[in-house]
Amino acid sequence: MKVKFSRPKSLNDIETHYCAGCGHGILNILVAKVVDELGIREKTIGVAPVGCAVLAYKYWNFDVSEAAHGRALAVATGIKRCHPDKVVFTYQGDGDLASIGMAETVHAANRGENITCVFVNNACYGMTGGQMAPTTIVGQKTITTPLGREPESGEGWPIRMAELLSGLKGVCFSVRAAVFNPQKVMQTYQYIKKAFINQIEGRGFSLVEVLSPCPAAWRKTPLESMKWIKEEMVKSFPLGVIKSG
Amino acid sequence: MSKVKNNIKLSVFEVRIKEDRCKGCQMCLFYCPGKCLELSSKLNKKGVKFAQYKEKNNCIGCGFCYFICPEGCIEIYQK
Ligand SMILES: Cc1ncc(C[n+]2csc(CCOP(=O)(O)OP(=O)(O)O)c2C)c(N)n1
Ligand code: SF4
Ligand code: SF4
Ligand code: SF4
Ligand SMILES: [Mg+2]
Repeated sequence: MKVKFSRPKSLNDIETHYCAGCGHGILNILVAKVVDELGIREKTIGVAPVGCAVLAYKYWNFDVSEAAHGRALAVATGIKRCHPDKVVFTYQGDGDLASIGMAETVHAANRGENITCVFVNNACYGMTGGQMAPTTIVGQKTITTPLGREPESGEGWPIRMAELLSGLKGVCFSVRAAVFNPQKVMQTYQYIKKAFINQIEGRGFSLVEVLSPCPAAWRKTPLESMKWIKEEMVKSFPLGVIKSG
Repeated sequence: MSKVKNNIKLSVFEVRIKEDRCKGCQMCLFYCPGKCLELSSKLNKKGVKFAQYKEKNNCIGCGFCYFICPEGCIEIYQK
């Protein structure tokens, strides 16, 4: 019997700590598949965030550095500048990338660092129990916005990172994807692959934002979470290619 | 893609699921276009009802279950 779809070689054969139905599980695998397909396992260096994906270095079967909360793109800048022949990417949550790490994110993108950034937007701080993130949508209930996020009472509006970074000259590719069904997962795979190829071709900073389920903090089942992304989250975060060139 | 043998459709694909890795999220069951997967009646080591490949099925090898599974515990083979 020949194998048609198998576990990527860039993924260690161990169990993850993610909750049932967590989008990080889907996305850790997609990144590993891209690394396999491009044949770059020996020259890839990932930078893992603080957040639920903090242990991603255990799951990927290539070199990974850990970064302090929000500083993944600063660490990745250092690695890439010292090792321009390596393929360097960050994998970050929305609290990590758009809240505590906003300054590092915007400046790395603005400098046009030749890095790939996979940005997992689950509209909350998953790891610490589901507090409001800058990406929490209007009206969304979290443990710190029990009445739903209210922009006009000082809580602000959801930050659209893919649009925001697309305005910077150093950014060559900015897209927003989602993983709410298998077709969208396959499309996300293509975007991540493109973002890696951009770096190999020396084009500059690439961002792939992915709307991703966090059933635990959202207090939803995995399937309800997928439905919520498809029906609610995409209204605040439109999908598609925002910049490519 | 399926072979017809004695009027019973036999899929040329086989889906293998590592049952002890499965967390029972049921996403593979829901997104399978042919409804080829089901929940077991038994519990796995984690104490959850795991996904299993139905004995009779019409699997087309589309890989939807493979792509949606957050645990990477599904592999698909072709006879
Ligand atoms: C400097 C610092 N401040 C705060 C924390 C606590 N903390 C850990 S994870 C996290 C937020 C994670 O949210 P996100 O980046 O969206 O990741 P997710 O778990 O949702 O994937 C925070 C605030 C920390 N570890 N370090
Ligand atoms: S809390 Fe949310 S993001 Fe963290 S592992 Fe659980 S489902 Fe995933
Ligand atoms: S490969 Fe497609 S048809 Fe076969 S079990 Fe998986 S989802 Fe169903
Ligand atoms: S998608 Fe994976 S973890 Fe979820 S029920 Fe299916 S096999 Fe189990
Ligand atoms: Mg988050």
